[in-house]
Amino acid sequence: MDQIIIQTLHGLVNGMVLAMVASGLTLIFGIMDIVNFAHGDLMMLGAFVGASVLGVTGNYWLALVVAAIVIAVLGALLQVTTLRPLIGRDPLTTILATFGVSLVIQKYALWQWGPSVRRISEPVPGEFTLFHLQYPWYRVATAVLAGLIIGGLWLFLKYGKYGIWIRATTQDRVMAQAMGIPVPLVYTAVFAIGSAMAAASGVLFGPFAGVTQTMGFDFTLRAFIVVVVGGMGNLGGSILASIFVSLLESYASIVVSPAQAVIVSFVVLVLTMLFRPTGLFVPTPK
Amino acid sequence: MTAMPAARPTPPATAYWIGFAVVVVLLIVAPLVLPPFWQRFATEILVWGLLAMSSDILIGYTGMVSFGHSAFFGLGMYGAATALLTVKPPSLGLALLYGLVAAGAAAVFVAYFATRLRDIYFAISTLVFSQIFYVIIFTWTEVTGGENGLTFSQPRLTIPGIWSDRFTPVTFHWFVLAVVVLSYLLVRRITQSPFGMVLQSIRENEPRTRAIGYHVERYKIVAVMLSGLFAGLSGVLYALQNKFAAPDFVFFVVSGEVVIFNVMGGMGTLVGPFAGAAFFLLLREGLSRFLTEYYLIPLGIIFIIMIIFLPQGLLGFLRRRLNT
Amino acid sequence: MLVLENVDAHYGKSHVLHGVSIEVRAGEVVGLLGRNGVGKTTTLKAIMGMVRRTRGRITFEDRDLGGVPPHGLAGLGIAWVPEERRIFRLLTVLENLRTGLDRPGVTPDRRERLLEKVYSYFPILRERRNQAGGTLSGGEQQMLAIARAMMLEPKIILLDEPTEGLMPRMVAQIQEIVHALHRDGVAILLVEQNVPLTLDAAARVYIMEKGAVRHHASAAELRADQRVIHEYLGV
Repeated sequence: MDQIIIQTLHGLVNGMVLAMVASGLTLIFGIMDIVNFAHGDLMMLGAFVGASVLGVTGNYWLALVVAAIVIAVLGALLQVTTLRPLIGRDPLTTILATFGVSLVIQKYALWQWGPSVRRISEPVPGEFTLFHLQYPWYRVATAVLAGLIIGGLWLFLKYGKYGIWIRATTQDRVMAQAMGIPVPLVYTAVFAIGSAMAAASGVLFGPFAGVTQTMGFDFTLRAFIVVVVGGMGNLGGSILASIFVSLLESYASIVVSPAQAVIVSFVVLVLTMLFRPTGLFVPTPK
Repeated sequence: MTAMPAARPTPPATAYWIGFAVVVVLLIVAPLVLPPFWQRFATEILVWGLLAMSSDILIGYTGMVSFGHSAFFGLGMYGAATALLTVKPPSLGLALLYGLVAAGAAAVFVAYFATRLRDIYFAISTLVFSQIFYVIIFTWTEVTGGENGLTFSQPRLTIPGIWSDRFTPVTFHWFVLAVVVLSYLLVRRITQSPFGMVLQSIRENEPRTRAIGYHVERYKIVAVMLSGLFAGLSGVLYALQNKFAAPDFVFFVVSGEVVIFNVMGGMGTLVGPFAGAAFFLLLREGLSRFLTEYYLIPLGIIFIIMIIFLPQGLLGFLRRRLNT
Repeated sequence: MLVLENVDAHYGKSHVLHGVSIEVRAGEVVGLLGRNGVGKTTTLKAIMGMVRRTRGRITFEDRDLGGVPPHGLAGLGIAWVPEERRIFRLLTVLENLRTGLDRPGVTPDRRERLLEKVYSYFPILRERRNQAGGTLSGGEQQMLAIARAMMLEPKIILLDEPTEGLMPRMVAQIQEIVHALHRDGVAILLVEQNVPLTLDAAARVYIMEKGAVRHHASAAELRADQRVIHEYLGV
C-alpha cells in the first residue's frame, strides 16, 4: 500500500515534468505539422545552460529564466534557418531535418560540457517523511511549478492576443494570413515558446537525476509517446497522457526494474495507435 | 515520401549493365590492392550499404520512413551469435539462417502493427518498436549478455562437400560482395516487378491505390518484412565481420544513420543508399581524424543542408547535372 | 483602385486564368458573374496571392501586389470573404472577430465602435459571441465571415458567393449588408451566381467563361438587355 502511494506521488511529479516537455512539442506539431526530433535535445541544452548559469551566479531561478530565454532564441534561429525552407514539403522531411539538428546539438553539448553527469543542486531544501522514505520537497515544488507554467501557457493561448493568433493559425493558416496575421512570425514564435518550455523543463528536471548529453533522446521519445497518446496537437490531451503514462511506469517499476518499466509506455503507445489513433483523450476524430 | 520525385526510368540497359559490371569488378579487385585498413573499410561500406538499401524499400519505394531498422539489423546480429554459440561446429549457413529468422520474426511483429499507421505515426511506431527490442536485449542479461553483448569466433567459409577454409579479410570481402550483389539484384528485380509498382503507387497516392482495389496493408506488410529480412542479412554480415553482437547496434543511433545514408545518397534508387553510406563513412573517417567523435557536428550540418537543398540526394544531384 | 491586367494563373499544372483584366474603383461595387468553375474564385485567390500567377500584374492603389506577402494584404485594406467562409471553428465568435481587431494602431475605443457596428448589423453575433464558430449555422457563419472581414476596416472586400446555399431571408440580409458597406464607401468585388442580386448591388459587371473575362457592361445595360446573361449563364 505505502509502495503504491509513494509511486503515485512519484508518477505525478514525473508526469508534470514530462507534461511540460510534451506541451512544447505538441504546440509545435499542432501549428506547423512538425515532429521536432530535437525537442529533447533542446531540453538537454537548456539544462546545461541552466547548470552553467547556476555555477556562475548561484541563483537557480535566474538560471531557469536565462536558460529559457537562451534556448528560445536558439529555437527561433533554428526555425528560421532549417525549418522555414521546408514549409510546404512533406512533413516527414521535417523529422529528418530536426533529427539532424538533434545530432548536432548532442555532440555540441558533449564537446562543450563533456560526457560526465552535471549536477544541479536543489533550489528548495528539505524533505518530508512518506512512510519509510524521505521525499524531497523540491520534487513537489517542481510539479507545482510545472503546473503553473503549463497553466500560464494555457491562459496565454486562451486569452492573449498572440494566443488567438496562434490558435487561428493552427486551425486555418491561409485564412489567418488573409486576416493579416503574420504567419511566418507566428511559426517562429511558437517554435521559440516550445523551445523555452523544453529548456525550462530541463532546468527543473536537472536536480532529479543530473544532466547528461544523452538525456535528450530519452525525453524526445517519451514526449513523442505522450503526444501521440494524448492526440497530436492536443495540449490538454498530452498533459493527461503524460500523467497517465508516468503513473503507469511508476506502478510498473514496483514489479520490474525501471529500465524495463519503460516498455509499459511503449505498449500504451502501440495500443493507442491501433485502437484510438486520434488519441486516448480525444472524443472524436478531427 | 510523396514530396520526392518518382524514380526516373533507368538509363539504357547496356550502359547500366556496363556500369554495374565495372563497379563489381572494382569491388572484387579492391581488397587485393588496398591496405588492410581500407580493405576493411570497403567491406563495411558494403554491409552498411546493404542495410541502407533495405530501408530504401520502405523510404524510397513505399513512402514509409522507418526509424527502427536497428531492430532488424541487431536481431540479425544476435541471431547469428546464437547460432555460432549454440551449434557445434559453428556453421556459416546456420548463422545466416538464424539471423534471418530472428530479423524476420521481428519484422513480422513490427509489420503487423506499424503498417496500420501512416506517415509520422509509422515513423514513430518503428522507433518505439526498435526501442522495445533494445530494452529487452539490454536488460535480458542471461541470454543476450546485456550491456556487454556476445562474442564468438568466425565460422569457416564452407561450401558443403566441396570446400572449407578459414575466412581471410579478402575472402570475407568477396563473400560479403557476393551476398550484397545478389541482394541488390534481387531487390532491383522486386522493385521493378508488378509488386514493386504497387509499392510505388502507394507512395505516390495511397488512397488511389486502395481505390483501384489493392489491399494496401498487405503490400505494406510484405514490404516491411522484405526490408527487415535484408536488414537482418546485413546484421549477420556485420556480426561475422566483427565477431560480436552488441546492444549498441540495436539502439536508435543505427536507425538514424540508415536514414542519413538514404537522404545523402538519394532515396528510391537502391544504389543511392550505397553511395550515401560510402559518403557518410568517408566523411566520418576524414572528419573524425581531426574532430574525434565531434565529427557529427559538421556531418549533421551537411545532412541538414542536403535535406534543404538536395532533397534527391547525391545521386539525384549528379543525374540532374549529367542530364543538363 | 484594384487593377488586374492580363493575369494568367496556374493551379498546380493546370492553367486556370487566361489574361484576366478587371478594375474596381474606390467605393465601387463590381460584380463577377459566371458558371461554376470558370475561374471566379481563382481570380479572387490570385488577388490574395494564393495561386501561382504566371503573367500579368495586379495592383492596388498603384502598388504592385506581387511583392506583398499574403499577410500584408489585410494591412493594405484588402479583405477576403471566402466561398467556404473559413470560420476559425474552434475560436469563439468574438475571438474570430478579434483576429481582425488585434492589429497595431487600433485603440480600445475604436475596437468598441467597430464591434458595436457589426453587432448592430448582425445582432445574432452579439448573442453568440462566446460560442465556438463551428457551432453556428451556415447563414450565421456567413455573417461572421463578413463581420470578421469588416474588422479590418478594409477599403475593398472580395466577397465570394456570399449567398450560396442560404435561405431567402438570409439572402435578403446579405443583400442589405452589401448595400450598407457600399454606403460606407467600401469597394466590393462580388463573385456571385445570383444574377438579380448582383445586378441590384453592382454598378458594373464582368462575366467570365473558361478562365477569361468575356463580357463587361454596366448593371443597367445588363438589366435592360438580358441576352448576354442568357448566353453565358443559361438563365
